[in-house]
Amino acid sequence: MHLAYPAVLSALLFCTGLYGVLARRNAILILMSVELMLNAVNLNLVAFDVWLSRTAEETLHSGQALTLFTIAIAAAEIGIGLAIVLAVHRNRGTADIDRLRDTAEGHESPAADGPDSDTPATGTAAEKAEATA
Amino acid sequence: MTLAQAHHGFLSPTGVEIAFLLVGLVTFGAALVTVTTKQLVHAALWLVVALGGLAVEYLLLTAEFIAWVQVLIYVGSVVVLLLFGLMLTKAPIGHSPDADSGNRWAALTVAVAAAAALVWVVVDAFRATWIDLDGPAAGSTEVTGASLFQNWVLPFEALSVLLLAALVGAIVLSRRAKAESSSPPVNSRAATESSRSVTESSDNSGSPSSASDARKNPAEQEGTR
Repeated sequence: MHLAYPAVLSALLFCTGLYGVLARRNAILILMSVELMLNAVNLNLVAFDVWLSRTAEETLHSGQALTLFTIAIAAAEIGIGLAIVLAVHRNRGTADIDRLRDTAEGHESPAADGPDSDTPATGTAAEKAEATA
Repeated sequence: MTLAQAHHGFLSPTGVEIAFLLVGLVTFGAALVTVTTKQLVHAALWLVVALGGLAVEYLLLTAEFIAWVQVLIYVGSVVVLLLFGLMLTKAPIGHSPDADSGNRWAALTVAVAAAAALVWVVVDAFRATWIDLDGPAAGSTEVTGASLFQNWVLPFEALSVLLLAALVGAIVLSRRAKAESSSPPVNSRAATESSRSVTESSDNSGSPSSASDARKNPAEQEGTR
């Protein structure tokens, strides 16, 4: 098989995930895009490992071992990430990362979003509960 | 280039290459739908297609152990976790027009530029490189297990410690959020908040003093509804 096929597919998947991370607004969709990027890296690792294990005299199969490690670390990352997103959602009532601007410096006037940024918890939670009820 | 690779060519793709190309198109299309769809649950379901397509690609690259690990962990558990996360954060079912943020065009520009650069570099670098897929599988369970437990034992054990740390960390994160939501300072702060939140929550619960009820566990809210 030509090596360009898996390499090009991996590059395209990585850039798809890059677009998702930059363009999405929901934190869980961003986690999905991160998963896509990690999978693109995994495909690259596997393809190059299969290529090099044929051409090299002896191989450590480092690509496949690293792929397994990446998969395990991605599983840990998704668990921690979802726990953080759920904690943020419980405290703030939203998983919308564009609205989590507490540490932003001076992009908006404090009077404009004063009630939102000061009292985010119950107001947005109640709004959300009403919207989904 | 050796003689064994002399008969390769762009214009005569082998069967494996054709299969790889077709599955790759499906995978890439599913990934595109995942990052562009307006329905959040559909994004998770299209992610299943993309990850399953990648598992088939691993099989075509003769890395069968990685393929089944991919099916077990990604398709089996990660997507289920993501679906649970979507449910627990009360993601809207159906069309949600604000799924994409305002900087979508900047993101599209960056992604297209990165894709063009990467594809150009990769194609240019590996124009005359072929993977030899004949012979014994490069990623069968025996080969992978032997290399993993002969050469990669220490990272493997370190990874188990990392997984344990991640498990404990996830539990601590979710427990601390629950303990904070019922602690007295937060409740007193919630009681002195603006009237907007009180009036909105009074529609929900009837009494302004129970404004902090809306902050409880989302699962409990789902249960009481």
